[in-house]
Amino acid sequence: MSILDTLKQKFPDAILSAAQDHGHDVVVVDRKKIFEVLQFLKNNSECPFEMLLDLCGVDYLGKDPRFEVVYHLYSLSKIKRLRLKVALPESDLTIPSAVTLWEAVNWFEREAFDMFGIHFEGHPNLKRLLMWEEFEGYPLRKDYPIDKRQAIPTLDDIV
Amino acid sequence: MQPIKRELETKTMILNMGPSHPTMHGALRTQLELDGETIVKAASEMGYLHRCFEKHSEHSTYQQIIPYTDRLNYLSALMNNVGYCKAVEELLEVPVTERCILIRVIMCELSRIIDHLVCVGTNLVDIGALTNFWYFFNVREEVYTIIEKVTGARLTYAYTRIGGLARDVYPDFGRDTKAVLKNVEKAVKDVSGLILNNRIFVERTVDVGVVTKEEAINWGFTGPCLRASGVAHDLRKAEPYYFYDEFDFEIPIAENGDTYDRIVVRFEEIRQSTRIIHQAIDRLKPGPIDSGDPRVTLPPKEEVYGSIEGLMNHFKLIMHGILPPKGEIYSATEAANGELGFYIISDGSMRPYRIKVRPPCFPIFAAYEKIIEGEMIADAVAVLGTLNIVVGELDR
Amino acid sequence: MNLKRFFGDTILTTQVDAVLGWGRKYSLWPMPYGTACCAIEFMGTVSAAFDISRFGAEVVRFSPRQSDLLLVMGTINYKQAPVLKKIYEQMCEPKWVVAVGACAASGGFYNNYSVVQGIDEVIPVDVYVPGCPPRPEQIIDAVMKIQKKIDKGTLHVNP
Repeated sequence: MSILDTLKQKFPDAILSAAQDHGHDVVVVDRKKIFEVLQFLKNNSECPFEMLLDLCGVDYLGKDPRFEVVYHLYSLSKIKRLRLKVALPESDLTIPSAVTLWEAVNWFEREAFDMFGIHFEGHPNLKRLLMWEEFEGYPLRKDYPIDKRQAIPTLDDIV
Repeated sequence: MQPIKRELETKTMILNMGPSHPTMHGALRTQLELDGETIVKAASEMGYLHRCFEKHSEHSTYQQIIPYTDRLNYLSALMNNVGYCKAVEELLEVPVTERCILIRVIMCELSRIIDHLVCVGTNLVDIGALTNFWYFFNVREEVYTIIEKVTGARLTYAYTRIGGLARDVYPDFGRDTKAVLKNVEKAVKDVSGLILNNRIFVERTVDVGVVTKEEAINWGFTGPCLRASGVAHDLRKAEPYYFYDEFDFEIPIAENGDTYDRIVVRFEEIRQSTRIIHQAIDRLKPGPIDSGDPRVTLPPKEEVYGSIEGLMNHFKLIMHGILPPKGEIYSATEAANGELGFYIISDGSMRPYRIKVRPPCFPIFAAYEKIIEGEMIADAVAVLGTLNIVVGELDR
Repeated sequence: MNLKRFFGDTILTTQVDAVLGWGRKYSLWPMPYGTACCAIEFMGTVSAAFDISRFGAEVVRFSPRQSDLLLVMGTINYKQAPVLKKIYEQMCEPKWVVAVGACAASGGFYNNYSVVQGIDEVIPVDVYVPGCPPRPEQIIDAVMKIQKKIDKGTLHVNP
């Protein structure tokens, strides 16, 4: 049974769509159940997804829900890729953090917070990563102009 | 490593290995909490070279992004070009000719060789072995000469185009490359003879910065750092692309996951890359480098001035650019540091809606602060070199 | 050195100027402040094929307290700018600054919210080297131009 069918069977209300796109499996998941789905994908014996390769945010300005978080998972033992997408409305931009499942996701979530303002619940250290602490705004959102500059910051301690 | 127990009352000290530091290869910052020379806790920071590649890609056409991709991993810029063009070609479902694929493979493997030469050379300078840096850079200049004859530039090339290449290689390319590869193998042989059994090198690198198999997978490592920890995974063998399943080469794996292993894995990868290049050159046959697909390739000048279809095609491509269909793609290649992924979302217009680059050294640098906990400062320096953090790629 | 106060602008001080200038220009101690791709071309410049040590600038010291020529190679962004300023202030007089590459000279093709459009917004620059990245011969040319500038200099500190 393919992983898409397994997921549809196990989480019938959480999986909003599961299809193939250019040869890759793509699943759209409901935000409330994303942590259980990720946990199942990591720990299932049929096709365990041991590695999280990437996490990013996308801003669909003009659409509702406006934001999307995209996970790219990889199974080393079965050589399989999976893309999970979760839609988030602008009014409630929170999603559970996956840091207890894969340590790798720690800085990816920080970057998504820095660039889009997506808040990850349960993240141990949700601070800005690429921009400086006093930066205002979220640069990769579509309504942030590319050449809007802000005052130069000062150095600070991080430990 | 166990910190030495003292009877005296001691306090820890905070030391900043800041963005401007001899051994910080690029603009990285780590703050260390020290108990004597031993690192109790570390915290890293990045963002000192954030050049907004992803924001620029939303404002540029697909062809205009190619020079921006060069500057991601500037040590092996051609691999970024190839990775990006491969992603767009998969989104468009455009075929690529065999000659173009083989030249791209040769250029990628040459880039992998020069990336490893710089990584190991600078790492050895940090440990104290300066001579090897000169040996490696002499050979690197010879490889640069060949690449300059083909592409026109030494470090940042913008050589690939969507659907093909900017220009074909010159007639004696195969012969010159094979001669340079002999020098590469000689340099690697010289340097490995100098250091691999050297007692100082062994003491400074064996069992330093050990990363176990489970830790490497959990932290999202890919590439030589993952293979040095014992995981036999390489995209060229696991998910072959560009005829890699037809070439005869091996993937070096090490067991310990320490600094010594990461350096030795890179040496061996240089040797395997020379094997691949020899086979690719032997397989190269005359032919076109552009697929001729009217969606991406400019028609030849005779057609543009000779026929109305050629003129219209040329006009559409210049004015409207390349128009991929609405959709998204994630395409990964095995870059010098690991899996370089491009996630492109297209809304049907001539500019991408969103491009996300998955840099191979991002999870590796995130784990750096955990690897050096318990080590000494000098070990932290040795470890950072082998992880090969290229800040252009890390910060994008 | 306030010899000019005692002797005025005479043949004695110009001869001392010439000797000091000769000494300084043939023993420049560069500080490579390399952040990005141009730093790799600098590595090529100090290597055996192009060899900047023919011009006396061999002793590459990564400490600002021990150097007099600051080579800024690569993009400087807003997070990095206070660090650059601090390094410049830590250098002792006389000191010279070379902006190597398009990004250091003018921001390059990065006109966005994070990149300083030329380091002369932060520190005074003596020589600009265009190129992306410039060839090693251009970097050596910049060092030669600094040497010419030192020739024309006097005992007064650089304003």
